[in-house]
Amino acid sequence: MFEIFGIPSQALFGQLLIGLINGSFYALLSLGLAVIFGMLNIINFTHGAQYMMGAFTAYLLLQHTGLGYWPALIVAPILVGITGMIVERTMLKWLYKLDHLYGLLLTFGLALIIEGVVRNYYGSAGLPYTMPESLQGGRNLGFMFLPNYRAWVIVASLTICLGTWFVIERTRLGANLRAATENPTLVRAFGINVPRMITLTYGFGIALAAFAGVMAAPIYNVSPQMGAELIIVVFAVVVIGGMGSILGAIVTGFGLGVIEGLTKVFFPEASNTVIFVIMAIVLLVRPAGLFGRRA
Amino acid sequence: MERVVDPQAKPAGSMRGWSEPLAFGVMVVTLAAAPFFAYPLFVMQALCFALFACAFNLLIGYVGLLSFGHALYFGWASYLSAHAAKVWGLPPELAIITGTATAAALGLIAGSLAIRRQGIYFAMITLALAQMMYFFALQAKFTGGEDGIQAVPRGKLFGFIDLANDMTMYAVVVIIFLAGFLFIHRIIHSPFGEVLKAIRENEPRAISLGYKTERYKLVAFVLSATLAGVAGSTKAIVLQIASLTDVNWPMSGEVVLMTLLGGLGTIFGPVVGAFVILAMQYKLAPLGEWVLVIQGVIFVACVLLFRRGIVGEIAHLLRIKL
Repeated sequence: MFEIFGIPSQALFGQLLIGLINGSFYALLSLGLAVIFGMLNIINFTHGAQYMMGAFTAYLLLQHTGLGYWPALIVAPILVGITGMIVERTMLKWLYKLDHLYGLLLTFGLALIIEGVVRNYYGSAGLPYTMPESLQGGRNLGFMFLPNYRAWVIVASLTICLGTWFVIERTRLGANLRAATENPTLVRAFGINVPRMITLTYGFGIALAAFAGVMAAPIYNVSPQMGAELIIVVFAVVVIGGMGSILGAIVTGFGLGVIEGLTKVFFPEASNTVIFVIMAIVLLVRPAGLFGRRA
Repeated sequence: MERVVDPQAKPAGSMRGWSEPLAFGVMVVTLAAAPFFAYPLFVMQALCFALFACAFNLLIGYVGLLSFGHALYFGWASYLSAHAAKVWGLPPELAIITGTATAAALGLIAGSLAIRRQGIYFAMITLALAQMMYFFALQAKFTGGEDGIQAVPRGKLFGFIDLANDMTMYAVVVIIFLAGFLFIHRIIHSPFGEVLKAIRENEPRAISLGYKTERYKLVAFVLSATLAGVAGSTKAIVLQIASLTDVNWPMSGEVVLMTLLGGLGTIFGPVVGAFVILAMQYKLAPLGEWVLVIQGVIFVACVLLFRRGIVGEIAHLLRIKL
């Protein structure tokens, strides 16, 4: 046990870890937002609600079918992703030719509906979700205690984020995707089914959010409003990073999570607001965002 | 690409049409008669929200800027007005001015940050800044945290008009609302307002014509925030309470909903929308959380089925301007 700037190392590294955990959720969610915005030109306000749906689906699977954490980690994102694709096919696809604002308004309405329905049936108090047995406990690293589950969350989200980056930037599929983002008409002329690609992209972005939700379930309680406040912070993250770059979204997400964690140690009163303050500063210094291109 | 406001809905050169004065007359008569038929406190609250929605509409309807954080100006004006009346013991007119000035200052700061980005980012920035100020309100001592500022005295207007009487208060609220409404109407039809509409239709062209569009947008933003502040300050005096509800993001969403339902870019739409949404909240209050679901459904229905809103659809059907 030693001290850094008068702060016990346990507390410092503990908050850093929480910061990394929050950062992984910021990264997963802002990555999904960026991918969706690239293809659909819609800012998906429902993202927070879909993250919450992921956590809830995991909870319901456990309650009603006995499916535990590991199956839920795969089943919940698929189920929520399918609902997302249905939403895209039935509602969002009518909005592509309209002003961007309509997409924001529609998805905001959807978020209210989802949150309201869940609140009606499950109340606003949080529901507990037990950690999988295989990840309980932790190890002592000498300077801090590292709970296994938290280590898993960070590794898993990093892997998913980098995997997504690899698929989009380095594979044939990703090349088609990026081309369709730039010029959908031309890509269609090459015989690629762009509308189907859009649907799958939306489904994938939503599945990322639901995946984050399942991972969050054992850490935070599962509650209807868990996504609403998170999505506003993620919007700030997206403004800071800019939506032009996948890697940028990942770096910004993790980075801001860490900064937020450190703020909790050194200046706890500001921990809720530090990301918004950084956003204001970035807007003053680099209006296009850290990784953004000036439109 | 379809714009937020359908330019075809407004026949050119109909500025001196009969429809707007007629609708205004109907509105004034309705407001004069309303306290005898409806619960005055409800109408007063609805008028505060109507002015709030009109202020919001000034930005989205006439400049094409979607502010998703207007609760910031409404809520903080409400806090400062309540604080001035209760703790500093200021008369209601000075309390309202205090709240309004606060909203104007906040609008200047938030606006100058938000206009640095366009389109969808603008909405996200305004929402994030409003959330930041929500956390300040949650932590600051003077706001009373979860309790809010309660039992705000209505006091005596100009030292001799006792506002404790609901009918007197009603008259004052109607005057404030109508003044705000006419002021917005004046802005929209001024040369300044024409430039705002030009920015909404085609910002690059407005820039190439030599207009400093950022300055116009900032002034419009501050005006909108200030008027939202008038609405919030008045609400604190009328309902004698300022609370976290007024400053939190669902309130920002509600004012968007009111304006969207009434009709973006129509001058009477936000008023109609505010009354419909508030009446709905009163009638459906026993349903609890379903109100949230119904609001969401209205959002979805408005965007998918009738983007012109109630007043916009009527105006379109009758081929008039409202």
